Amino acid sequence: MDSRDPFRHNVLTSGHRACSGCGEAMAARMVSDLIGPDAIYINATGCLQVFSTHNQQSSWQAPWIHSVFANAAAVASGVEAALRARGKDTPVIVQAGDGGTFDIGLQCLSGMIERGHDILFVCYDNEAYMNTGVQRSSSTPHAVRTSTSPPGRLSQGKTQLKKDVISIMAAHHMPYAATATVAFFPDLKAKVEKAMTIKGPRFLQVLSPCPLGWVHDSALSVSVSRLAVETGLFPLVELEHGELTGVMRLAEQKPVEEYLRPQGRFKHLFGSKEGTVELHHLQALADARIRRYDLLGADTQWTTATAMQSQRHGRGGYAVSDSLHERPGSQGAQEVKADA
Amino acid sequence: MKKLLEGSQAVAEAVRLCQPQVVAAYPITPQTHIIEKLAQHVANGELDAEFINAESEFGAASIVLGAVATGARSFTATASQGLLLMTEVLYNIAGLRLPVVMVCANRAVGAPINIFSDHQDSMAVRDAGWIQLYVESNQEAVDTMIQAYKIAEACELPVMVCMDGFLLTHTFEPVELPTRLTVDEYLPAFQFARVLDPERPMTLGGASEPENFQEYREDQHGAMENTLTVIEAFDVEYEEHFGRNCGSLVQPYRLEEATTVMVGMGSLMGAMRDAVDELRFAGQAVGALRVRCFRPFPARALTQCFKGVERIIVLEKAISIGAGGIVAAELRAALQTAGITVKVESVIGGLGGRDLTPEVIKAIFEESPTVEMNRFAPDHNELTLHQTGDAGDAGNVGNVGNVGNVESLETRKGAPHG
Repeated sequence: MDSRDPFRHNVLTSGHRACSGCGEAMAARMVSDLIGPDAIYINATGCLQVFSTHNQQSSWQAPWIHSVFANAAAVASGVEAALRARGKDTPVIVQAGDGGTFDIGLQCLSGMIERGHDILFVCYDNEAYMNTGVQRSSSTPHAVRTSTSPPGRLSQGKTQLKKDVISIMAAHHMPYAATATVAFFPDLKAKVEKAMTIKGPRFLQVLSPCPLGWVHDSALSVSVSRLAVETGLFPLVELEHGELTGVMRLAEQKPVEEYLRPQGRFKHLFGSKEGTVELHHLQALADARIRRYDLLGADTQWTTATAMQSQRHGRGGYAVSDSLHERPGSQGAQEVKADA
Repeated sequence: MKKLLEGSQAVAEAVRLCQPQVVAAYPITPQTHIIEKLAQHVANGELDAEFINAESEFGAASIVLGAVATGARSFTATASQGLLLMTEVLYNIAGLRLPVVMVCANRAVGAPINIFSDHQDSMAVRDAGWIQLYVESNQEAVDTMIQAYKIAEACELPVMVCMDGFLLTHTFEPVELPTRLTVDEYLPAFQFARVLDPERPMTLGGASEPENFQEYREDQHGAMENTLTVIEAFDVEYEEHFGRNCGSLVQPYRLEEATTVMVGMGSLMGAMRDAVDELRFAGQAVGALRVRCFRPFPARALTQCFKGVERIIVLEKAISIGAGGIVAAELRAALQTAGITVKVESVIGGLGGRDLTPEVIKAIFEESPTVEMNRFAPDHNELTLHQTGDAGDAGNVGNVGNVGNVESLETRKGAPHG
């Protein structure tokens, strides 16, 4: 507990080695602070593991284990099974990057969910392998420059789309799966708190900008991740047992260019004919996601405009899904099946 | 009272007696009967454990890693491809010094795919930091299983109980099962100091740097070497409790005045005993030696066995491809270090389930030493064919070629049938 702030636990305490403006450090601090030290944390290999533990030093003020890259969800399954066998109900939390979730860790994660372990799996999604020097992952969005999807005479960056992992999660009919970002803390807080009241496997995908890999000013991490939401490229949604139950509406749709411009990873798209084609693709992707989740629907209670007005930063809280269920405006959204 | 039990059933009974709280596994032949039996024990309420059906062997190893780190005695089992899929986690379990116990139902590694027994799988992970104990019989599988938990938990090192697939796992033998009470007297309740617990938060598996990584390995290696005396002592203690031992580190057979000694591991020892008996009856000064504990390598215990020995033959069911016999190479190094100059012949045999019968072993004893570092064991069918002069179809048994050898296989097939 932080003596200056009784609401803070400092589970991930200061002194670690994250880069300035690190979205993952921000997200992990928020999430672990909301959950507190009475939990067991399992970390996949990645930036968070590397910058928070170093040579017999640790930033973790809670029990924490790292094994290898791919197995965090399986290690957590064993931790949870052991707790069950020993009659304990300590919460079990997995933290992994997008590599440890979308790619190398997907099999263990799927097994963990299918078996119904009582675990919250948090993916800090910074859309590439940042720890090894910004290589593309299956989470990297379309047309992004990474060190293994470089633009060149024959290429405009990554040719494939970002894997729709939240739909894969929902297809497991798991009790709770949601997306969040560091830009909307009250939303993130509501989702973590809700996840912690639910038994069984839960999944949270937190978009976490990486100034190094996304090539933006490290002071812009929060605003960049806000723009990802406001353009429709990263919808904030909740899915329960495969059904869409919560959507953060857009007060207004911003053009994707506002999101892409501040980021060097999209710089190659500006000023060429081929790049302009990809910009249209990205706008079309945002439009499709807006249609799919009805992000411009009539609901005005829970929008990108109101989400930040809840209470002062760090104390806000929303009962998200109950009110959504009852609202007539959310009907359209509920008809969209994640695995349709 | 002895019961007639399949090796898998026997080892599952032993696991039940040790009362693990978490069992995680993924099916693979010839290991599957073990976990099927344990699943039934859990379903019947005869074993109070969480039974976790992993999504792969990689997952199974990771699950027991997490469970042991959370203070629960655990069990997993696998073989062959499954063991290799676990490899990354096996190293990690050992590096974290977690007392995990598993069974490897020894099986060949593909390609070509082959479900039958040899030691290539466990030998491939011999450097992962696990204690490896190779059992000879179903009885010994039971007894070694119980010892394994005691060794692992006392030394904070993982133990792999290696039992030959099919030859033991699917073979019925009379087995004496200890009672729960006697096992409880021998094996203390699970205790592990570095448990994940919010009351005492601890960081496990953090990053290390060049200035201390090597010290971790030095500690690990030292701890492994120290287990040699623990393995010996716990086998002695086991005999005091149960009236049987498992052969300590190395188990000699008729070494008195032997001038030629064959060394082997696992169930092969049975056939080696028969061959030695027959050759001794015929007046030859031969003996056999079983390496029960391969990791840590019992160099001192081994080299002490060769007083007056003029010829050592290591017969092993695994090969370091491009180098040859693995046990032989390590034995040569140990003998050289001890100043013993006996030549060690390396014979590779029994691969992919090929039978190592007393006839084959006798033939190996009777072969003249070659100048090559390694040679392959003769085939039982070819040997017996040669002896009886019967040129039937049996000549083709065992000659199943792999993909790269189709042409020669065709030629070979074509010849006897015209």
